[in-house]
Amino acid sequence: MASGWLLFAPLISALACLVWLRRKHDLAMFLSVGTCAISFAIAVALFVGAIPVPQPWNWISITGGVANLTVPIGWYVDNTTKMMLLVVTGVGLLVHIFSIGYMAHDEGRGRFFGELSLFMFSMLGIVVANNFVMMFIFWELVGVSSYLLIGFWFQKPAAAEAANKAFLCNRVGDFGFLMGILMYWSITGTVMFQLNAASASTLATQTSATLTTLGVLLFCGCVGKSAMVPLHVWLPDAMEGPTPVSALIHAATMVAAGVYMLVRIFPPVLSASVGAQEVIATVGGFTALFAALIATQQNDIKRILAYSTLSQLGYMVMAVGIAAPGAAMFHLTTHAFFKALLFLAAGSVIHALHEEQDIWNMGGLWKKIPITFATFALGTLALTGFPGFAGFFSKDEIILAAYEKFPCLYAIGLITAALTAFYMFRLVFVAFFGPARTEKAEHPHESPAVMTAPLVLLAILSVIGGWSILGIHSYIAGGHAAEGHQPGHSLTLGLSILAFAVGSLSAYFLYFNKKSDPIRISLFANKFYIDEIYLNGPVKFQQAIARILAWVDNWIVGGCLVRGTAFVSNLTGEALRLFQTGSLQAYAFLFSFGTILILYFTLLR
Amino acid sequence: MLLIPLVGIGLILLKSPPKIVAIAAALLNFTFSLVALMQFNSQIAGVQLGLNIPWVHLPGLPEIRFHIGLDGINLPLLLLTTTVTLAAVSVVPNDIKRPREFFSYLLFMSLGAIGAFVSFDLFFLYIFHEFALIPTFLLIGIWGTQNRQFASMQLTLYLTLGSLVLLAGVLALVLALPVQLRSFDLLVLQRHLSQMPLNDFSQQTIVGFLLVGFGTLVSLFPLHSWAAPGYAAAPPSVAMMHAGVLKKFGLYGLIRIAVPLLPQGFDAWLPILLVCLLGNILYIGFVTLAQKELQTMLGFSSVMHMGYLFLGIAATNETSLSGVILLMVAHGLSAALLFGLAGEIQQRTGENRFAELGGLAKRAPFLATAFVIASMASIGLPGLANFPGELLIFFGGWHRFGLGIMALVLWGVVLGAVYQLRAVRKVFFGDLPARFESITDVTGTAQRGPYVLLIAALLFLGFFPSILLQVITPAVKLLLN
Repeated sequence: MASGWLLFAPLISALACLVWLRRKHDLAMFLSVGTCAISFAIAVALFVGAIPVPQPWNWISITGGVANLTVPIGWYVDNTTKMMLLVVTGVGLLVHIFSIGYMAHDEGRGRFFGELSLFMFSMLGIVVANNFVMMFIFWELVGVSSYLLIGFWFQKPAAAEAANKAFLCNRVGDFGFLMGILMYWSITGTVMFQLNAASASTLATQTSATLTTLGVLLFCGCVGKSAMVPLHVWLPDAMEGPTPVSALIHAATMVAAGVYMLVRIFPPVLSASVGAQEVIATVGGFTALFAALIATQQNDIKRILAYSTLSQLGYMVMAVGIAAPGAAMFHLTTHAFFKALLFLAAGSVIHALHEEQDIWNMGGLWKKIPITFATFALGTLALTGFPGFAGFFSKDEIILAAYEKFPCLYAIGLITAALTAFYMFRLVFVAFFGPARTEKAEHPHESPAVMTAPLVLLAILSVIGGWSILGIHSYIAGGHAAEGHQPGHSLTLGLSILAFAVGSLSAYFLYFNKKSDPIRISLFANKFYIDEIYLNGPVKFQQAIARILAWVDNWIVGGCLVRGTAFVSNLTGEALRLFQTGSLQAYAFLFSFGTILILYFTLLR
Repeated sequence: MLLIPLVGIGLILLKSPPKIVAIAAALLNFTFSLVALMQFNSQIAGVQLGLNIPWVHLPGLPEIRFHIGLDGINLPLLLLTTTVTLAAVSVVPNDIKRPREFFSYLLFMSLGAIGAFVSFDLFFLYIFHEFALIPTFLLIGIWGTQNRQFASMQLTLYLTLGSLVLLAGVLALVLALPVQLRSFDLLVLQRHLSQMPLNDFSQQTIVGFLLVGFGTLVSLFPLHSWAAPGYAAAPPSVAMMHAGVLKKFGLYGLIRIAVPLLPQGFDAWLPILLVCLLGNILYIGFVTLAQKELQTMLGFSSVMHMGYLFLGIAATNETSLSGVILLMVAHGLSAALLFGLAGEIQQRTGENRFAELGGLAKRAPFLATAFVIASMASIGLPGLANFPGELLIFFGGWHRFGLGIMALVLWGVVLGAVYQLRAVRKVFFGDLPARFESITDVTGTAQRGPYVLLIAALLFLGFFPSILLQVITPAVKLLLN
């Protein structure tokens, strides 16, 4: 049972911190970081195969009827699981350590670390789940820990609104996800990922329309959790949460859970349906391009990174859609390294500048906070696909997979790669180079070692994460990775280096040493007005319906009945007043007497 | 267990300190119900730990027996009743006016609810429920807030008329049998009717009466108008008892009487029941969205959740019905928790309008945490008891009704999250108005105890629903064949 502590440790920490240790900040911090380290150690032990996985037990079991349902709490562990566990606990541990420094002066630290542990518990539950319902349970729990952490500074109205928005967008996605789970169960008779031969053949003999519906419904869960268009609006707003949270939850791990889920169900569900794959690939590709375009015109350092996350998640989802789940997991892993790095480094910048987030209020930071700058720059190179860095390998893998099947997505992949280089170097040139544009930017202070050490570790991983000598890719793909021998390989290599060069050089010419933004594209700066459209469309519509129905309910359903019996009601009112003396016994007696009378009159004929 | 509230009432009338006696009585009953759970043998699906003695045999009527007992269906509801009673009597403020009467009435409600749930005789089942309703009317009429006259009058009208229709249905059921087979005993009836069911016409007519009667008691759309204003006007402890416990009686009655005794009649009403329960979920869901006051919103929300329970009954399979019993318990606990906390908010701020409230989490972290947990339970978050209940209903419902209906039902889950989280946001988050700077949190064991009890029960059943399911499912299976 040793491996069970992977989940128990953070659960205990979460309960203890949230119930008893809210004011004992240091103890809460120690417990939370310590339990995260335990989880990491267990993940490593599982990776090397030193310990077995725990026995399953039945959470719910209803059998022997027409609608049998058995939901075990059990583990499913393969190479993908083990890699994901390492990523979640490893990046998680570094973020926990970083938070010690970042949250050092916050009055709610105890609560913060408790909620962070709650997140670790829920996220690890998703990763090890061996069935849909168990995954859904933890799926909802990461949703609530994300809600709590986005709204951590609940006094800020913006944070409170963002928390609600995140929860609701996820609920809309889960609405489809749950229907997909129910449909999967009604077809196969089980909620397990692993199907026995009979269930598998039942699934395989469904019509393609059924399979497509099933695939798309399950994909809805990913659309909510991984913030695909059209439910992407919550992720940028989620940046109202503390920056370590943005790094861990809203960049490296939780938002990738949607992708992980798709990989988990690729065989048997998605692999059987070309229709569902096409929907997934299209939504993913569209999100990748769409978010990259918005990112080119944002000025808040965290929001630029948030849109970048959306765009990269789009790549991963697209990879699943073009039947390359291995490439999706590979990119998920490298992305977790360099995007966590970028967010934490951005947090270090924000910390150094006393909560300044607008890149146009920064400038010339590179020599004042050198460690932060160096690590941020390495993260940028990894993200933008500079040859030899982690993102270069994993992103190319996805673009290459699209080469034969989907020329359109191939083009989108390359254009997005160029845009990525453009917006990231825009960010670097504006924030770190040129003159300091404000008083704050003149005198930043480098962060303490407890914050810079995780940055350095993540920077190393961001550089080497893609090297085949580490074997991350072939490990995930189960040794079947066909490295470098696919058609279009050298062409793709050339084009993606070209995309990097075009993006970064145009950013250099446009933004190096500039005082203000030379480009104004209000469509991009205003995020294609999606928030406004939602607010004036569906949200207003729903509120209008609610008001109309409330009026109807009050005046017609309630009103008519009451007005119709106004006469009776006056009498009852009078009668009630009699009883306000409190003669309960008399009333009770009358009632039983009356009932017996009625019984007599009706039954005694 | 039925005696304890009576003794408690007696002691209160004899001028013992009312709150202490009430809490002691509730605590004793809570302990007994836990003991009953321990004693209960889950290997036996039928009725156990009971009592079946002749009571009166009036000439010309079937014999009325005092037949009580426990099976897997009412045992969970008994636990719910004793738990919520304990919490409800504990949250009554010490300075309530006319305390003797108030606590006597509360205990009387509890007595009626327990009696109604454990009775296997139709006469007692009905009478006990009536006994519980009477003090409800008085408690709202005398100790209520806002427009209590109107609310309690409307509630009385609806529930009394509903009970009358119900009585008509029960009588029709007994009358439909040949004279020598007439009985008030549920188990006897079930034995007769499973061998020779009534003809379709009688079944349909009787189920019609039962649906209207029980439906009114459970606020089935469109018979729900009494609920929200009634709960808004009721003192918190009374709203806890009624929304948490007493309201479940109607569902319980449908499961006990309509589903097993009149299956064909029930099937005939299914299309109409489906329309009504979708009205509960979607129509009331939208109405809830537009509410501007906390208690009224909670009232409508509790009406909305009845839709899921009706769905589980409509689906009529062992999965969905197990879910219904579990969700009845879970909803009872979470609704009681929400109404109790709403009472604390109103008592501290003198305010219940969303527009005027805000930022209370800063001053009252316990209240905020408890309310967030209660809200999460209410919207079906895993880890809390409502989730497994809803989940089983959804699975059972999907098995019976498929994609189309379930898509509509599940949209309610989204609506529920919208209004419940908005309430959290409006009351606890954002800026704290200056006039609430000095409000106090819920402090101390005595004040926090009832809420901790309800939260602990929700968490425990959320993590280990099988504790109850292992007694529920065999009983449900027995009921269905």
